[in-house]
Amino acid sequence: MALLNDEIRTNLEEVFGKMKKEVTIAVFTKEDGCETCKDTLDFMKEIEEVGEKIKLEEYDIEKDSKKAEELKVEMTPSIVLLDSEGKDYGIKFYGIPAGHEINSLITGIIEVSGSGEDIPSGLKERVAKIKTPVDIKVFVTLGCPHCPGAVAKAHKLALENPNINAQMIEAQTFPELSDKYNVSGVPKIVINEEHDLVGNQPIEKFLETIESI
Amino acid sequence: MGFELNFDTSSMKSNTKKLEDNLMYDVLIIGGGPAGLNSALYAMRNGLKTGIIAEKYGGQVLDTSSVENYLGYESIPGEDLVGAFRKHVEKYDIPVKKDSRVEKVEKNDKRFYLSMSDGTELKSKTLIIATGSKPRKLNVPGEEEFSGKGVAYCAICDAPLFQGKDVVVAGGGNSAVEATIDISKIANKVYLVQRSVLRAEKALVDKLETLDNVEIYLGTQVKEIYGEKLVKGIKVYKKEEDKEFNIKADGIFVEIGYVPNSKPFRDLVKTLPSGEIEIDCSCNTSVPGLFAAGDVTTVPYKQISISSGEGAKAALSANAYINKLK
Repeated sequence: MALLNDEIRTNLEEVFGKMKKEVTIAVFTKEDGCETCKDTLDFMKEIEEVGEKIKLEEYDIEKDSKKAEELKVEMTPSIVLLDSEGKDYGIKFYGIPAGHEINSLITGIIEVSGSGEDIPSGLKERVAKIKTPVDIKVFVTLGCPHCPGAVAKAHKLALENPNINAQMIEAQTFPELSDKYNVSGVPKIVINEEHDLVGNQPIEKFLETIESI
Repeated sequence: MGFELNFDTSSMKSNTKKLEDNLMYDVLIIGGGPAGLNSALYAMRNGLKTGIIAEKYGGQVLDTSSVENYLGYESIPGEDLVGAFRKHVEKYDIPVKKDSRVEKVEKNDKRFYLSMSDGTELKSKTLIIATGSKPRKLNVPGEEEFSGKGVAYCAICDAPLFQGKDVVVAGGGNSAVEATIDISKIANKVYLVQRSVLRAEKALVDKLETLDNVEIYLGTQVKEIYGEKLVKGIKVYKKEEDKEFNIKADGIFVEIGYVPNSKPFRDLVKTLPSGEIEIDCSCNTSVPGLFAAGDVTTVPYKQISISSGEGAKAALSANAYINKLK
């Protein structure tokens, strides 16, 4: 059964029609003990179908461990977005980006394709100045309407600066990780393991936190 | 696992028209909830040069799991209702500035000048303030400290994180009772704590009373939220018995009403001590050419249908004002 209904398909076709360049979706699943892997893969297959410039690559985190290592993939299901030349910006989704998170997935695809919106030039300069490695985790739930905004901002930062990596993490799919980072409100943003922000913060707030490290 | 796709085309569509800073708009609408969207619809249909500025496009209805009192819809998820509003408004190709906040407004020679949080400036002949409201806080010790660590303000966002846990909901209005009903489906136990009596609609209270994992404390005030890394419980005071006691819980959802988002406008327009912008029955404020609609105003009853109606009224009033300017 198709996961996406006709209305969503039509909308997506229109949106993906505006992609400047190709984007590769690398999906990592595993055979056993991954409840949402199949749905994630089916979902991505449908996304590939509606996006002319979208290419899907399927990997098994165990069998393709080399690829997983190369793209620094640690859990399943996961999605890495690569640009038309196969470049990895450190933009990842851990857990199925369904529910509201379809928005952050689509924003990510559009951004990586080169058709995203520019951030104001003053902020762009500040982002460019970040020289230390930065890891941003954004914990979400699929019913959270303002989570995709936080994910999209983290991904945007990763796109702008090669020192920054950003992951969406679906809190219920990874309960141990959620416990480890004390997630009891979403979106929860964890920067370099120790700096926490809760809520859909403006991009300035992300930058302030990163600059304080 | 639930698999419900709710695609929001407007959130990323890069072809949405942009607001232009060198253009003199007829009406700029600040706010993207039911009041703002309906005023946009009416303004566009009246041929006014219109723009929307929205920090949260869709407004608070997005945080409502199900709406059952909007005429024509027996029961509809909040975001679907907003989706229908947006689809209708966007038919008119209206420019929208999203994720953007107004920092300051000045009126000069019958024109309004807006300074935005991203450094841009906009100008317009009239303004409609429809910025709505945000959740009111309890203002008790521990609330700030444990915010996002068990203290939550968005039930549909954070409820899934409390599966099988014990949760407190503070409040007694529709939102509190709705949140209690939603959370009771996944939590082990829900304690509804309300300072006075339940003020929710009877239909909701009836539903609440059928739930066997809900315990209700009326006339009970939250005094403190305690915990270590995360919330462990709350300290409450029951007036009738003059007794203080603790309720052990892993989280507390605060649903005690709203405060109006009127801060950037308080120097310009008359507001009440509550923060509400004072309006008359035509949505006029104390400043000619400045209109206000919905939850940010003194209009009684904060309801989706009321806000959307107020939005229509504000747009019609703005139209009449512009006709007189000419």
